[in-house]
Amino acid sequence: MNPGYELPQNEAGYSFGFLDEYAKREVRRTVLKAICIPGYQTPYASREMPMGRGFGTGGLQVTLSLVGPGDTVKVIDQGADDSVNAVNLRKFIELTCPHVDTTEHTRDATLIQSRHRVPEMPLTEAQVLVLQVPYPDPLVVVEPSEARRKTMHGEGDYSRLLTKLYEDIVQFDEITISHRYPTRINGHYVIDPSPIPRYDVPQLHQNRALILLGAGREKKIYAVPPYSQADPLAFDDVPFRTEDFTDEYGRRRACARCGAIDSFLDELIDDDGARIWQCSDSDYCNERLAAAGKQEVARA
Amino acid sequence: MNQMLEVRNLSKIHGRGCPRCFDSTGPDMDTNICAHCGSVVAAHGVSFDLRAGEILGIMGESGSGKSTLVKTLFFDETPTVGEVLFFDGERQWDLFALNAAEQRWLRNHRFGMVYQNPHLGLNFKVSAGGNIAERLLMSDLSHYGEIRERARRLLARTEVLPERMDESPKKFSGGMQQRVQIAKALATQPPLLFLDEVTTGLDLSVQARILDLILEIQQELGTAMIVVTHDLGVIRLLAGRTIVMKYGRVIESGLTDQILEDPQHAYTQRLVASSL
Amino acid sequence: MGYVAIKGGGRAIEGAAGAAEALRAAEGEDGRPLTLAAIEHQLRLLTSRVVSEGGLYHPRLAALALKQMQGDTLEAAFALRAYRSTKPRLLETPVQDTGRMRLIRRISSAFKDIPDGQMLGPTFDYALRLMRFDLAGESPETFRGIARRFLSQVPETDLPDTFPKVVDALRAEGLLPPAGQPREPAFDITREPLVFPVPRSAALATMARAETGSLLAIAYSNMRGYGDVHPTIAELRVGSLPVMLPHPVTGEPTEAGEVLMTECEVVAMYEEQGSSSVAGGRKPGATEDEGESGGPPVFTLGYGACFGHNETKAISMAILDRALQKGMRDGPSNPSEDPEFVLLHVDGVDSMGFANHYKMPHYVTFQSDMDRLRTTRTKAGGKAAGRNDEGVQS
Repeated sequence: MNPGYELPQNEAGYSFGFLDEYAKREVRRTVLKAICIPGYQTPYASREMPMGRGFGTGGLQVTLSLVGPGDTVKVIDQGADDSVNAVNLRKFIELTCPHVDTTEHTRDATLIQSRHRVPEMPLTEAQVLVLQVPYPDPLVVVEPSEARRKTMHGEGDYSRLLTKLYEDIVQFDEITISHRYPTRINGHYVIDPSPIPRYDVPQLHQNRALILLGAGREKKIYAVPPYSQADPLAFDDVPFRTEDFTDEYGRRRACARCGAIDSFLDELIDDDGARIWQCSDSDYCNERLAAAGKQEVARA
Repeated sequence: MNQMLEVRNLSKIHGRGCPRCFDSTGPDMDTNICAHCGSVVAAHGVSFDLRAGEILGIMGESGSGKSTLVKTLFFDETPTVGEVLFFDGERQWDLFALNAAEQRWLRNHRFGMVYQNPHLGLNFKVSAGGNIAERLLMSDLSHYGEIRERARRLLARTEVLPERMDESPKKFSGGMQQRVQIAKALATQPPLLFLDEVTTGLDLSVQARILDLILEIQQELGTAMIVVTHDLGVIRLLAGRTIVMKYGRVIESGLTDQILEDPQHAYTQRLVASSL
Repeated sequence: MGYVAIKGGGRAIEGAAGAAEALRAAEGEDGRPLTLAAIEHQLRLLTSRVVSEGGLYHPRLAALALKQMQGDTLEAAFALRAYRSTKPRLLETPVQDTGRMRLIRRISSAFKDIPDGQMLGPTFDYALRLMRFDLAGESPETFRGIARRFLSQVPETDLPDTFPKVVDALRAEGLLPPAGQPREPAFDITREPLVFPVPRSAALATMARAETGSLLAIAYSNMRGYGDVHPTIAELRVGSLPVMLPHPVTGEPTEAGEVLMTECEVVAMYEEQGSSSVAGGRKPGATEDEGESGGPPVFTLGYGACFGHNETKAISMAILDRALQKGMRDGPSNPSEDPEFVLLHVDGVDSMGFANHYKMPHYVTFQSDMDRLRTTRTKAGGKAAGRNDEGVQS
């Protein structure tokens, strides 16, 4: 091979936000297009990021293309700021975006990148939520060919997806889709809202914040603009239902830590083998505790 | 009766095609393959009319282009040239000038198709009821109970046991699969139905019952139909008028009785003679 | 109790990095760090894979990536790609003439003799795969003398600078269609997403940086019978290609450097068009040519090329190129002819990333799954067994 190669001297010489400026500009153009056509999976030339495909590279490219000095970024995974992947992404943003603040508080963030959750605390018009997406296309369960799916989306043809729901009810008396619940945006495009639980889907509806969804491996960006209509697919007589957190006595389970009865709960098995439930959104849980001025509620 | 379909000069070439394709194929050349470029001329210069509520038979052997013809009308295939007008109440549709979404709408709402091969018409991954539901869901019905009730009634009408509606049609006999296809095709009450060799390969007794069913439906609902078959018996039973095709061309057309009693073209004469 | 779910992520990550680094140096006091030169040269085929799959021709950086990733080619190619993401595209490479490659190896399995002859060159093709135990205790002195001794025995006059291309001879005879002029600029997969249908140049670019094993697996499916390319290798060549770029001032093509690359061209027949679309079928034996207007039948070409020395990849790519051309023309009749299937599943960075992402927490989605399962179980067993909430394993 060629002699005389020299390694790049300046290994830390990455530009602001890691990506080169052309790449960021392209992502921003894609984001604009996605906002103009709510729910449309806008293709873009996703770049390789220094973390694995599937670890949030799509969301990260959106975040890095939008972030600027003065922004405050929050990164969560499974609702928690301290999950390994959230820590990793946050550290990367801190490394490559000097003068950008990071926070664990939902209310302080201007940009929130999240995997699998929408924060419990209502968002504001000044905030952008970026969701990481593994599978951007809800039609993939009924049609493997991307070219054919594109036509189906264009024509608003979701009958095969609805047939899957019909078959679910026939077979199980329930719609068995647990997360990634297909949701129609502004009456046309049906999106995969990323693997958020059904509990979070109603939050997409008429949200005040801009919600951007980035799929790095599948190279698509789509948007739920502020105040969009978001309707989970369902039948008139078989409504969409969120996760059921009622206990055997029909009472809503409460977070074992902060006592909340209005949050998505993680189910845990403690050292004694008993089941406990607590908030999946760690900031929400902490805020409630702080407001109550106490450490933790006593366990029942 | 009102005009429903006006087919004018329809041609379909499979392959690259060349200027000599039409001259070098057809009954006179005894082939549908162009000797100059190897393309297949599946249909050329086909014209006919269909009136509301009428059953038109298209007869021919395999390779005559009769299946290509209905697949083109149902938008499964794109014609090379030709024009088809569909008269639908007050509206008039120029079929091949429509965009894909309009074509799909017509397919779902105004047309129905029953294929010889049930795999083409049915999705074997979902139940018989689900197959009908899919077509109803295309027409924006969104009430689960109502969809189920409609599917049950359609299956009952086509003599499929309602208790089997939640099974996959994969488990059904050939005749039952055709009944499910017919139920599916009828789901949106289309005024026009295409039937492509629907009884081919079935037992004679099963054939007879399906043909009876088709006749009953036509009489009940007044559905217009184009019936494609190589079977003179089917033509004799169902079709009021018939056109005969060979190597992509129409060689004879007229009242079915007339064609069967007094065939003019030598080819038709042979067909009729061989079935006696 | 504390917040048990997922605390301490930051500390865990640091610990994991430290543990991996410690394993790299597990030889302890006796160990000597690998030099990048040793990786680049002694593990040249490994380096070749990484430059090609990384889509960045930088063997020294590839060697560093291999060292850092402790020999994992997927990870090393990935690091190279991520590095590439930080670099702007300065210009579009004009079409390069591979006839100008300085070859170390070229063979043709189509012809016994080819213009300027076959050259076996460095290959293990005919080597017996017996363990060479003498290498286990190789002395530095012997090692250093190997290349010198080899070169001293090679008469310098033997090698012409360049070799004519075998396919040019086939073209001259009219057995292959003439090389067309590109109708549109090459598709840049690093700047444009694949939206199907894609042009052939997009397919070639995607395969050129595909993961070797993935490409091989799909190409092999075609060879075994899920496809029917039946290729003959017109020419396989390995060597250094002088890269000509426009001079920044004059615009004249100027040699900017060279890249080691492998190129493979396979020829294959077009089979008859088949009965896929026509009830009447066709005469058996009728062939379809690719020419513009009904000329005589010709061979068709499958093209493969990649950075570095990687013959398996170049051959696999050439076969798939030919299979995809057929799929693009007639519609795919098996996976290897389906552009979507092939092109969306051969990228190592995409596929390995996604396979590994399953190791990340999926608590929330699993909670949703449990909710659905419990509900459906409750409904199914509701009448018989009453509440069955605790029966679900988690």
